[in-house]
Amino acid sequence: MRTEIKIGGFGGQGVILSGYIIGRAAAIYDNKYSTMIQAFGPEARGSACSAQVIVDLEAIAYPYITTPQILVVMSQEAYTKFSPELVAGGILVTEEELVVPHSLRKDVIHYSIPAMRFAEDLGKKLVINIVMMGFMTAVTKLIDPEAMRKAVIASVPKGTEELNLKAFDKGYEYGLEMLKNKSN
Amino acid sequence: MKGVEMEDQMYEIEETMPLNPVESFLRMDRMPHIWCPSCGIGTTVNCFGRALETSGLDMDKVAIVSGIGCTGRVAGYLNLDSFHTTHGRPIPFATGLKLANPELKVVVYSGDGDLFAIGGNHFIHAARRNLDMTVICVNNFIYGMTGGQVAPTTPISATATTAPHGNFEQPFNLPYLAESCGAVYVARWTAYHVRYLTKAIKEALAKKGFSFIEVLAPCPTLYSRRNKLGDGLDQMVFYKEHSEIQHNIDTKTATLDFQGKIIVGKFVDKERPDYLTLMNEHYQKKFGDKYTPYKG
Amino acid sequence: MKADPKGVLTGAHFLDGDHACSEGAISAGCRFVAGYPITPSTEVVERIAERFPLVGGVFIQMEDEIASSIAILGGAWGGKKVMTVTSGPGFSLMMEHIGLAAMTETPCVFVDVQRAGPSTGLPTQPAQGDMMQARWGSHGDYAIIALCPNSPQECYDLTIKAFNLAEQYRVPVLLMMDECVGHMTERVIIPPAEEIEITPRRFYDGPKEDFLLFKPDADLVPPMVKAGDGYRIHVTGLTHDEKGYPHMSPTAQAKLIPRLVNKIKLNADKIIEYKEDQVEGADVVVVSYGITSRVALPAIEQARKEGIKVGHLRLIVAWPFPEKRIQELAAKGKALVVPELNLGQIFYEVERNAYGKVPVTLVPHPGGTVHNPKEIYNAIKSIRHGG
Repeated sequence: MRTEIKIGGFGGQGVILSGYIIGRAAAIYDNKYSTMIQAFGPEARGSACSAQVIVDLEAIAYPYITTPQILVVMSQEAYTKFSPELVAGGILVTEEELVVPHSLRKDVIHYSIPAMRFAEDLGKKLVINIVMMGFMTAVTKLIDPEAMRKAVIASVPKGTEELNLKAFDKGYEYGLEMLKNKSN
Repeated sequence: MKGVEMEDQMYEIEETMPLNPVESFLRMDRMPHIWCPSCGIGTTVNCFGRALETSGLDMDKVAIVSGIGCTGRVAGYLNLDSFHTTHGRPIPFATGLKLANPELKVVVYSGDGDLFAIGGNHFIHAARRNLDMTVICVNNFIYGMTGGQVAPTTPISATATTAPHGNFEQPFNLPYLAESCGAVYVARWTAYHVRYLTKAIKEALAKKGFSFIEVLAPCPTLYSRRNKLGDGLDQMVFYKEHSEIQHNIDTKTATLDFQGKIIVGKFVDKERPDYLTLMNEHYQKKFGDKYTPYKG
Repeated sequence: MKADPKGVLTGAHFLDGDHACSEGAISAGCRFVAGYPITPSTEVVERIAERFPLVGGVFIQMEDEIASSIAILGGAWGGKKVMTVTSGPGFSLMMEHIGLAAMTETPCVFVDVQRAGPSTGLPTQPAQGDMMQARWGSHGDYAIIALCPNSPQECYDLTIKAFNLAEQYRVPVLLMMDECVGHMTERVIIPPAEEIEITPRRFYDGPKEDFLLFKPDADLVPPMVKAGDGYRIHVTGLTHDEKGYPHMSPTAQAKLIPRLVNKIKLNADKIIEYKEDQVEGADVVVVSYGITSRVALPAIEQARKEGIKVGHLRLIVAWPFPEKRIQELAAKGKALVVPELNLGQIFYEVERNAYGKVPVTLVPHPGGTVHNPKEIYNAIKSIRHGG
């Protein structure tokens, strides 16, 4: 089944890297197909830059996403700009402190995480995107977490693997916990 | 043939010279050439042949690259690996040739319009990079092949078919341009100064890095006739009478006016590592043993 | 021969089309690249610049695309396998040297990551508007080969193929990517070096005294030498004889130019490559290439679901064009639908070869994004109902 994912945030948050990690995890470590497209040009450096990833069990024909089933946002502007695109019943993942979900759609499932705070606790704000990835992996169950961990290791700068794995696990565990609480 | 008495003796010319000493450097099966009687380009080719003769270079490893125009035809007459490329682009072609096969001695031989109008951008960058090549520019102040149009070297007030009322654009001072861009060897001679020119070409060929020689040459059919300067011989006499040898001068002062004084000489001869040397040193520093110095 | 293992990054990678193209070039044995930055092709040369020092290659960023496009020709005559990479305006600037490469039979690869034009157009958005320019962009008569990848994997595979064809036919080969394929990241499998087939340069190995630089073999392609080998070659963009000497006559022109065209034309069956899906039983065949061949798939699927017999012919080699195949399809009465990211280019080639026997429908798009598959679907459907 084709799943469309959009990741939005501002430049420097590692939006593109996040998309790359999801795609790489799916295509290289999880026996799936994936296509990632990044927004290029001035818009890629602005306050609402985005990466698009498609994950499928079959080869992907049409390369762009039209109605994402999963939206991950790390900035207010990205939330405002992209959340109307989310398909009804889709999953919205937001950063708790950076995004205030004004007029939140009733037809989507919303999860949020204080990823920025977790990243700061780990000593490096930069890993916010990896915390988000761990959290997204847990709440969407789209991609095998081990595949995601492998993709994180393979995609982050050398020497930062351990920190990034910690960040991923932090987000992942927070997500599992949240699911457990929701189902209770 | 005994030494010609046109200028001070620089070379001993041997008595037992064959009929045409540069014949082995020419593609005799392409003669006669297309140049007009008393055109200066052939004279420069003769000097080039003589320079090759005494250069000690392996002729199988000398490649010549020309652009388009009267001087652009030089490549086609030389019995070397020779490339007649597109208008203005012999330098970037030569860049690729040299970088792909660094054992070649690469010479670019072209005209003023080719090298400095349409090809000006390539000249300044090749000099800046200090690519190991020799550039010989035959400057006849005009576009010859297309019939006498104004060039970036045409002196102020000289006329051309596209400047019929006289040129008012400031021409390039080529040695100044070459030096500013980083050439390690810069000289200017005229078609009259055959032995100086031969020596300059020999020096340039021996130089590692970007060497540049400007050779003023008569275009009797177009430039001289249109500007009422007589024929090729008259121009040679003019060069003889109006040239002033001044080595190592500030190239800024080496401007050319219409039928004014011509400063000739070797203006620049300095050392600066060439492109491939810099590249190899840089990557060796960067990658250490992982890097194999590039030799082609 | 097999690829030089040095530089072949065997394994599964997650790469965009531009980077996959760089890896294809390295695997193919390319060791000289000249380029000038231009969106959306720049990533190709960035990766080359990163990778080349440790695989024995030289990359130089030239002062413009004109310089880049002739520096590679110098590099080829210096003995290297060579490539330049560009987009849109840069491709326009390179046209003269595609002609020089064709005229001097210099093996080389030009990569054009197509963006929407004309002029500066949409630098960061896709189009397929350079297809006719690829074929006819330089003045005079000549022939080239052009390939159209539709995925990063094909950007890798077809770059190798481009180098092989360039060496086989001593011709410029154009890799016609587009922004979408170039900036799309997917899985790319790089095989072990010993599984990569490489066409070596056709170096002359006969007696030196018999050597003529432009004397063709039976397949109309002359063997080559490089500068410095002692052959004292002369290479000119002027019309020339077999020795390479300028020969300014209609006779020399009539001998040389038809051969330059015929070496591609007469070998076309060996060069042409396309993929077909359910063409035999089809009433309508969609003819597509590059990214559009993927965008057409949902449209074809939808039409098939509704009982329309739709086939798909995807051009992998666009030039030379598979004229015979289109003629056969038209003779069998199959209506043809041509979606492309331009306002009609390959369409005219399809229409010409259909000889008016069947309806040929263009699904145009000015570029900037890809088609909405619905547009292609509607074209398929309207043919069916109209015919």
